[in-house]
Parts: sequence; structure tokens; C-alpha cells
Amino acid sequence: MSFTVSIQLEDFDLTTEVSSLRAADPGVGAVCSFVGTVREFDAKTAQATQANSLAPSNDSIISLELEHYPGMTESSILKMMDQARVRFGINAARVVHRIGVLKPMDQIVLVAVSAAHRGTSFQACEYLMDYLKTQAPFWKKEQTIQGQARWVDARVSDDVAMAKWSN
Amino acid sequence: MNLKVLYFASIRETLGLAQESVQTHTKTVGELRLELSQRGGLYKEALSSDKVIRTALNQNMCFESEQLIEGAEVAFFPPVTGG
Repeated sequence: MSFTVSIQLEDFDLTTEVSSLRAADPGVGAVCSFVGTVREFDAKTAQATQANSLAPSNDSIISLELEHYPGMTESSILKMMDQARVRFGINAARVVHRIGVLKPMDQIVLVAVSAAHRGTSFQACEYLMDYLKTQAPFWKKEQTIQGQARWVDARVSDDVAMAKWSN
Repeated sequence: MNLKVLYFASIRETLGLAQESVQTHTKTVGELRLELSQRGGLYKEALSSDKVIRTALNQNMCFESEQLIEGAEVAFFPPVTGG
């Protein structure tokens, strides 16, 4: 019954993390995991370059910098995980969130959940990701190919996704 | 009362300041924000009421109606974009 979070600069390995998560728990019948990665294009640009998705546009991202609120990041994620435990009855969960400067295709975040059955594990995994997108104190800053730096804006669609868990 | 005030992301960048000690007679997080923005200049630019800002008291997200506590850590930041 472990619920742990790591905020780290280093990359993570999905296989290793999942193995640790379900270590020697014969009650587990389902492990669900999500990995978030750095996209080369922001949403606005992706639509515009649909015709030729391999061509770098003026809005290509060359790096993404992640800032966080040390102390609050860990405590808020642990609280989220405990809420997931109570709400969905999961056995264990692991969150790894990277910080610092990342490149396109780098892994950013891992959410992995173990449970007795798959329904619970899928739901808890999605719940934790929705919560991470709307409540965890991280901020992303994109560096574009044109040499511009801009802070990513929070999305209304993320708040809508989170709202579906309130009923 | 004395407070430790933290700024993150674009707010920190605008102010050129990550944290400071603040002496204040205000009672709520919202009143503190207003008082800080009334310092003018970069504070007004970063914290003015037309900006969408999230707040935390002692590392818990809070509304601007939250009561301030002596020695508390208050943080001002843009809507979060983790995950």
C-alpha cells in the first residue's frame, strides 16, 4: 500500500516504476499507467501545420522549462493520491513529475496506479492526471525555435476535465 | 503581522523577485494582494486585479477571502500548468 511522489530533474523508467509499484502484492489485478511527454508544437501551431506535420514551424518548441513550488508540490500531490485512494479504493499509486529544462519527446510525468480491478485503476489514473493538470503547482515555459520564451497558459479544457469528478 | 510572500513563474519574472518578508495590517489574502499592487510599478503590473492569479496560504491553495495568519507563507502564482 504505497503512495509516493518524486519531483525530479532525472528521467524515469516506466518498467522500473511499475515493477516497484506492484511489488509482491498478490491482491493487485490491474496496473494502469500514464506518461506525459513534451510535444514539439503547441496546440495552436499543430492545427496550422497539419498539412505538413514534419516541417518545423516558427512556433516549434525547442525546450520546455518546468518550475514548481518546492514543498507544496509534494504535499499537494500526496493529498491528491490519498483522495484517489479513498474514492477509488486503489492499492497503491506512484507519481513522478520532472522539473527543469526538457526537450521535445522527453518524458514529463508518470502516473501509475494499482488496484484489484481494471475499472478502478483506469478511473484513478485519469483522476490523478486531471488533478495534476489543474491543482499541482507547476508552471511551464516554452522556448520557441524563433528564440521567444513564453509561459504556457492554463487551459479551460483542463478545468472542464477536473469538473467531471465533482458529482 | 509578518508574512513570507513567494512569487512564481511570470509573476516572479515581472517583479524580478522570488520572495520577500512583508509587514502588513491587512486581514485576508485578497487585501494583501491589493496592498502589494498599490506599491505601484512592477507590483501593479504583476498583481493588478485584472490579472488571473492563484493564491496559497501555508502551501494550501486558498481563495482570496482566506484569513492571514502571523508568520504565514503566502504565495501568488498564475494558473498552474503541470502534468
